[in-house]
This record gives sequence, C-alpha cells and structure tokens, in this order.
Amino acid sequence: MTAFFARFLRNRSAAVGVLLLLGVLLLAILAPILFPGDPFRLAGPTMEPPSPDFLFGTDTLGRDVAAAIAHGAVTSLMIGFVASLVAVLCGTVLGAVAGYFGGRIDDLLMRITEIFQTIPSFIFAILLVAILSPSVQSVVIAIAVVSWPPVARLVRGEFLSMKSREFVQAARTLGMSDGRIIFMQILPNCLSPIIVAGSLMVATAILLESGLAFLGLGDPNVMSWGFMIGAGRSVLRSAWWVCTFPGIAILLTVLAINLVGEGLNDALNPRLRERSA
Amino acid sequence: MKRLRYILRRAVQAIPVILAIVVMNFLLLQLAEGDAVDVLAGEAGSATPEYIAQLRERFGLDQPVYVQLFHYMTNILTFDLGYSFRQEMPVSELIMVRLGPTLLLMVTTLVIAVGFGVLLGILAARGLNTWRDNLISVFALISYATPLFWIGLMFVVVFSLKLDLLPASGMESIGAFYEGWDRVVDIARHLILPALPLSLFYLAAYTRLMRASILEQAGMDYVVTARAKGLTERAITYRHVLRNALLPVVTVAGVQMGGLLGGSVIVESVFGWPGLGLLAYDALFSRDLNLLLGIFFVSACLVVLVNLFIDILYTFLDPRIEVG
Repeated sequence: MTAFFARFLRNRSAAVGVLLLLGVLLLAILAPILFPGDPFRLAGPTMEPPSPDFLFGTDTLGRDVAAAIAHGAVTSLMIGFVASLVAVLCGTVLGAVAGYFGGRIDDLLMRITEIFQTIPSFIFAILLVAILSPSVQSVVIAIAVVSWPPVARLVRGEFLSMKSREFVQAARTLGMSDGRIIFMQILPNCLSPIIVAGSLMVATAILLESGLAFLGLGDPNVMSWGFMIGAGRSVLRSAWWVCTFPGIAILLTVLAINLVGEGLNDALNPRLRERSA
Repeated sequence: MKRLRYILRRAVQAIPVILAIVVMNFLLLQLAEGDAVDVLAGEAGSATPEYIAQLRERFGLDQPVYVQLFHYMTNILTFDLGYSFRQEMPVSELIMVRLGPTLLLMVTTLVIAVGFGVLLGILAARGLNTWRDNLISVFALISYATPLFWIGLMFVVVFSLKLDLLPASGMESIGAFYEGWDRVVDIARHLILPALPLSLFYLAAYTRLMRASILEQAGMDYVVTARAKGLTERAITYRHVLRNALLPVVTVAGVQMGGLLGGSVIVESVFGWPGLGLLAYDALFSRDLNLLLGIFFVSACLVVLVNLFIDILYTFLDPRIEVG
C-alpha cells in the first residue's frame, strides 16, 4: 500500500491533481460554514464587480457568486461521484455476466451496449432529464444511463481473458457457484482498470452535469456551477465575472480528477506506463 | 464485387440498431407524463372528457401498447416523425431545414480537430519529452477539462465583445442579403466562433491519440527497415509512420460523431447557430417532446450512417482488413 502511494505521488502531475482535488473537497465541506444560508439568497446589490466583500462579485439578482461556487462544489462532486458509481456498478455487472457466460447472453448484452454507444449521449441525457423532470435524481439517472457502456466493454474484456485461467478452473473444480466465481474470484483481479475507468468517469460526469444545468436542466432547488453560467449568460457584456469564475471552478475540478485518474492508471498498471506516459 | 457485398452486409447490420432506437423512442414517449391528447386538450383550454376520449380514438391512443408501437414504427420508418404543435409544422420538415447548418458546423469542426490534432500529435511525438511535448500535453489536458459552453462564452467576450473581430451569433448578417462569394465569406466569419470551442475538446483527444499511435508505430519492423535503408527521420515519419498511425484516429473520429452532435446542442445554443442543436434547445424550452424525440432519432441515424461510412472508408485505407 505504501509502495503504491509512493509510486502515485512520485508522479508530479498526479500530486498536483490530488492537491487541487483536496482544495475543491475542502471548499465543498466548508461551504455551509464559509457561506452560511441559502446560496440563492440575495446577498447584496445586483451585478457588483469583484470586491473584498464579494470576492467574485454578485449576479443579476444580487446573489453572491463565491457562495454559489462553494455550494456548487457540493452539487458537482456529489452528482459526479454518485452517477459514476451507479454507472460503474451497472457496467461491471453487465460486463461480467457477458464475459463470463459468453454465447447468446454475451451477444445480446454486447448488442445492447453497442446501441447505447451509438446513441448521441448528451442528447439522450437531455431527453431523459426533460422526460423525468429536472431533479438531482433524474440528472444522476441520465448521466449513469449514458456512461455505463465503456465500463461494460472493459469488464467483459477482462473477464474473457480471465475465465479460462487456472485459478478459475480450480474454483470451478471445487464446486464454487458461478456467482461466487464472478464476484469473489475474477472481479477482485480486474479491479484496477475498473477503478481507473471509474475515476476518469467522475470528470466526464461533472462536465455532463454542468452542461445539463447550463441548459436549465439542473435541479431548480440546488445551486450548481452550470446553472450560474447559464444565468449569467445574458449579462456577459456588463458582468463578465458571473460566467467566468464558475467556469474556472469546473475547469480546475475536472482537470484535477483527470490528473488523479491518470496517476492511478500509471501506479496501478505499471506495465502500461510507456503507453500513457 | 467482394467489397460491395461487404458494404451491403454492414448496411444490413445497421438496421437492427435503427429499429432499437425507434423502440427506445417509443418507450421514452410512454415514460413521459401525459400524451399528445393531454397537451392538445390543455392548449384548447376547456375540453370535456368525451372530447378527449374522441381525440384519443382518433390518434389510436386507446389501442393496446403493442399496436401503438407498430403504428409508431411504420410512421417513423416512412420518415413521418409526427407534428410539432408548438411550431405548427411537421417535425421532419423542421429537421430537414436545420440539418444543413449542423452538418456544416460538424464538418468544419472535424476538419479543424483532426487536422490540428494530427499535427500537434506529430510535433509532440517527434520531440518526445522535450519542452514542446510537455507544452502540447498541458494544452491537451486543459482543453480536455474545459466545459464547452464556458469556453464558448469566453470566446464571445474576448473576440466579439472586447476585440470586436467576429460576429457572436447567427449564421448570416441579418438584413445584409449578401450573394455569391460575399455570402460565403459572411457565413465563414460566423462559423469561426462556434467551430473553435467545439473542436478544441476533440483536438485534445486526437492530439493524445496521434502521439500514442506514432510512438506505438515507431518500434515496428518496417521503421527499422526504413532507417537501415538510410531514409531521414523526417521521411520515415511523414511517408511511412503517418499513414499507419492515422488509422486509429479515423476510427475514433467515427465513434465521437455522437458526442459531436451532443456538443452542437450547447454550442449552437450559445452562438445562435440555426442548426439541429438550437432546434433541440428551443424544443426543450417549449416542452415540445415530439420534436425533441425526432431530433434524437435523426441524430442517432446520422451517427449510424457516419460509422457505416467509416467502415467502408477503412476497407480502402487498410487493405489488411478482411473484406470477404
């Protein structure tokens, strides 16, 4: 474990990613203390430029942009994490079943996966949220529904190459059930690529969430970065800060997660190092 | 002849995918609260239950679900995508008008992204681990993490509001009525701002892919042979490695077509580009589900078509691929 951390942190860009990500996490945790109260609350005069009172200015209704960024961090991280978790779980189960059993089940599941990969995912997500009506729950569902296929393919590939290995044959000879072989024997052996794919997926999920919120498909009761940018769009000329700062927050968060994900990849799969370096 | 058979077989394989998308569209429609009749009745103001029942019968909504599905499928497959009650036009007509501008935006974006991506990838791979390589990697990382709508708005601030270089919205200057080349130039000027942010994300992807692809090819036997033959590094890269390294880029370009169409919803709504994406954005705001489903169906078909095209292209690019 320590060897793993040493290898991970020796990678300079991964260390930068961890620091950035810790900063965003801290901001999210401290949001209720730093900026108590409802972030939708009208905190001051409208369209006030950045000043010591309002670090990032205020928007058209007098909402504090800095407070919105802090509370938006909670939303983005939570939705990004939960949606990725759901997608990884679904993708893993489907991919494992397809790869382990093969034959007809594999054909059917891979056909379905292919169809989900063909569909323009962002438009599909828009449709789902529009039909389910905007809420945190429906945004999570929409992101998970469009994100699972790559995980399913990845896990299927891993299972295909593992299922004829000796340890699996040994487990089968011992009379172990299929379910136990899948979850207790094979799955633990292909966790590292799943972890890497899952961590990189959080970044995509946050980008998706902000895009949906920007189009007005976020939960109307929850503050988010995309929503702030969408709301500040009409006053781009007179109040650039309303759009600019939440965008930088998204950029830094997504960048941090990508760096961490790639660091994990290098640390967990040393063999693939040259390829991704 | 063999190739023709291959193309036909790939085309036939695309049919179940399209059918599945139609079924999915139908299921989504079922998932939505209320049906077209509720919408119509709501718009009429006061409607008696008898009138509503009559409407249901006329639209066949009182039939069992599988009969409705059959009707829906026959309708869509004859390209009858229903009627948009908000815009008072058939959905298919609305979509056809918007298809051109979206395709123009897609093709421009793809050309910029693939062109510059390949170029930067080559530069990075040839100067492996130098400042040039690092700079390009950092650029790719940042472009990869930038939200599309935000960079679009920032471009508007810088290039349109502050520097006043390029128009920020629309496809043509309103009221100018340019003709011939003037019109082409006018549209091109409007095209730059929407196409740049959209291509930035994919440019990053192609840069990284191209770099990795070249590095992978660099160890192949044919490269060693070429070097032993006394060819310069330059000639090896551009005449031998480049052709082989391009293949994965072509594949990924096809895979990303769907993502590009999704991105166009955001970019077109930011820049008021009158394509499918803006239509989807408007449909979203007027709660025009029928139109939204139509756009979804057409864009999915577009992705299937592009992938088919890429598969065919592949048989020309890489003779090693078994056609038979």
